[in-house]
Amino acid sequence: MNYHIIDNISRAVALKDIPTVGYAALYDDLRERLKQERYHVAHYFALPDDSQLRFYVILLDDEEHRIMLASFTMDYYDDTALPSLTALHPAMHPFEREIAELYDVEFDSMPWNKPLRFPFDRRNRNSTMDNYPFYTIEGDSLHEVNVGPIHAGIIEPGAFRFICNGENVLHLEIALGYQHRGVEKCFAATDNRLRQTLLAESVAGDSAVSHASAFVAAVEKLAGRDADDNLVRERAVAAELERMAMHIADTGALSMDVGYQLGQVACEALRTMTINTTQAWCGNRFGKGLIRPLGTNKPLTPEKIDTIRRNVAEICRRYDEVRQDIKSSPTLLARYEQCGVVPRADMLRIGGVGMAARASGVGRDIRASHPAGVYASIPHESIVKRHGDVMARLMVRCREVLQSADLIERLLADFTPVPNPSRPDYEAALAPESLAVGLVEGWRGEICHVAVTDAEGRIAAYKVKDPSLHNWLALALAVRGEGISDFPICNKSFNLSYCGHDL
Amino acid sequence: MILPKIKVLRSHGLQYIPDLTKVKLTEEFRGRPALTATDDMSDVEAAAALCPTQAIGTAPFTLDMGRCLFCGECALRAPRNIRFTNDYKIGSADRDALVVRVGDEAIDFRPEKVRPEIPELFNRILRLRQVSAGGDASVEMELNATGNVNFDFGRYGVEFTASPRHADGVVVTGPVTANMAEALQICYDAVPDPKVLIVCGSEACSGGLFADSRAVDRTFFERHRVDLWLPGAPTHPMTFIDAVMNMTGLKKR
Repeated sequence: MNYHIIDNISRAVALKDIPTVGYAALYDDLRERLKQERYHVAHYFALPDDSQLRFYVILLDDEEHRIMLASFTMDYYDDTALPSLTALHPAMHPFEREIAELYDVEFDSMPWNKPLRFPFDRRNRNSTMDNYPFYTIEGDSLHEVNVGPIHAGIIEPGAFRFICNGENVLHLEIALGYQHRGVEKCFAATDNRLRQTLLAESVAGDSAVSHASAFVAAVEKLAGRDADDNLVRERAVAAELERMAMHIADTGALSMDVGYQLGQVACEALRTMTINTTQAWCGNRFGKGLIRPLGTNKPLTPEKIDTIRRNVAEICRRYDEVRQDIKSSPTLLARYEQCGVVPRADMLRIGGVGMAARASGVGRDIRASHPAGVYASIPHESIVKRHGDVMARLMVRCREVLQSADLIERLLADFTPVPNPSRPDYEAALAPESLAVGLVEGWRGEICHVAVTDAEGRIAAYKVKDPSLHNWLALALAVRGEGISDFPICNKSFNLSYCGHDL
Repeated sequence: MILPKIKVLRSHGLQYIPDLTKVKLTEEFRGRPALTATDDMSDVEAAAALCPTQAIGTAPFTLDMGRCLFCGECALRAPRNIRFTNDYKIGSADRDALVVRVGDEAIDFRPEKVRPEIPELFNRILRLRQVSAGGDASVEMELNATGNVNFDFGRYGVEFTASPRHADGVVVTGPVTANMAEALQICYDAVPDPKVLIVCGSEACSGGLFADSRAVDRTFFERHRVDLWLPGAPTHPMTFIDAVMNMTGLKKR
């Protein structure tokens, strides 16, 4: 089948250059390709186009660094059912569920035809948060545990329903949508590019740098202009600082949940130090305000570079002590090891991405498979573990913190500030009737933003994919067979985003 | 094994902030804006046009922190008129006090607007139930941080609790999504009277970027009186700590 092939540093693609094929051809092609580990779908969505729906598929080929684009159309009111790809490849479930929920497109023999996030513009207004069709099992010895939407801690809302046999979890189903803010529609509703940048920063506040980076990547591709060398480096430093901060935070959370208070407080203090380093750079602890299209308001100065290098080295040293303490504490290993296992085959089937996938032996990492920015010149070696348990996810985090620290040092050691760093450009004209993909490896995993422009070069549609969209199912699988009291550490070993999923 | 633990402990040292009333943040931090009027206001008009949340008023010249996301772009467009200071003491008992005017040098907390029973009942212990209703996780993480090893707000008796039945009040974060509106109401109703209502973050104060989104339902605030308004994107832990200390009378301003 014919795809339009680009890579992660190509410019935007004219919509007319994206081949339009029949659904049958696409179905046949994806059915075969997705059997191979090298392919996975980064995004698959539908957009209304006059009286039609145009479906876009963005397929990634990890081996040859390719991004493959194709589309098909369907009459807006055509109610023919499409054969479901989810039935063959469960990884496709969030995409087909989103399309079904928004446009009432029917997918034939779709095994998990459930609402995804209850968006305000869903077709079926009778489908509401209150009547989510939870899976049930009958049995005298079974009981259900309902948690949420409001959880015990200070975290975002989502409804979890466990079916348990005694203490053991048979099944967990996660119903989301409580955080739905209409982010994607807000992008298209404004021409103010600063506002759009801030929207990207608030897709998931703990990944503000990564999501903003995906947005500016898409915009710069549409503008046909490249960020300069220093800017590219600064963005990588910011993203790796964010990765460090969140991995350290989650190490602390995992420590707290097993009563390892020393690790918890040490990591709390180290996270504070990391985000305060970001704050000393840009005035915000989460890096909001740092990533801007085509320029920066917060260029690195020699003093700031010194602060970052000094702090990162200190954080790295102290964090490694925590890591060694964890590895030498049998009481901690007893909780983390062989708990919440997601086997490699399952992780592949559900299309897991990011650090959670790497902990299960699936080496998906945009920095390595689809490099852009500094990763295009500095080859990235992903950290992959194979056990797929809580411990593996923790160890991937531990090693990634050290790896990020190394990269930051390498980028800053010979960083030369320039006298007049480029300033953000919120007015840059965008290519009309084009599509651009912003693909970034955030700390959770693959972030994919897609911007589609109209004839005047305005952003007419915007699609966001947070890695959580794939990985929530991995959490549900991880707790199967575990004691329900192990749910907290399983949950924190993933630490998925609710707002990134619900948009 | 004890040796690695001793190592961690030694490197960790003492991390708590000894006096929470004397904290100063880095110069870079964007807190309370300071406004200056000039004869030529064209820069302000340009900044107001760019502002992603229409927080800037031009006649008269004001900046509503309840809408502001502290991106700092206006200060770059109108450097003679707008400057962000590192003052984090920006919470108030009165929504109107969040609107900064020309020449303002501090945010007026307006203690007279605090219901008298709040310092009476809660100045020794205050347990709060947080509800995220579209918050982007950054405000939530900052609220968690108030209780961490650095800020340790728990030493003043202010902590977050799991059950609304055990709580003296609710802290709302996020613009309040339609899908969370009912759960927020149920949670609020479950907190026994008398109770406080705190909104945390500019998105909770005004809806922020999502004020006009159809996925948002802010009718909750038409039914309930807010006791404490905390701007920020996200609200810094020190903003929360300072304002709650003012509200409960832990600190006299």
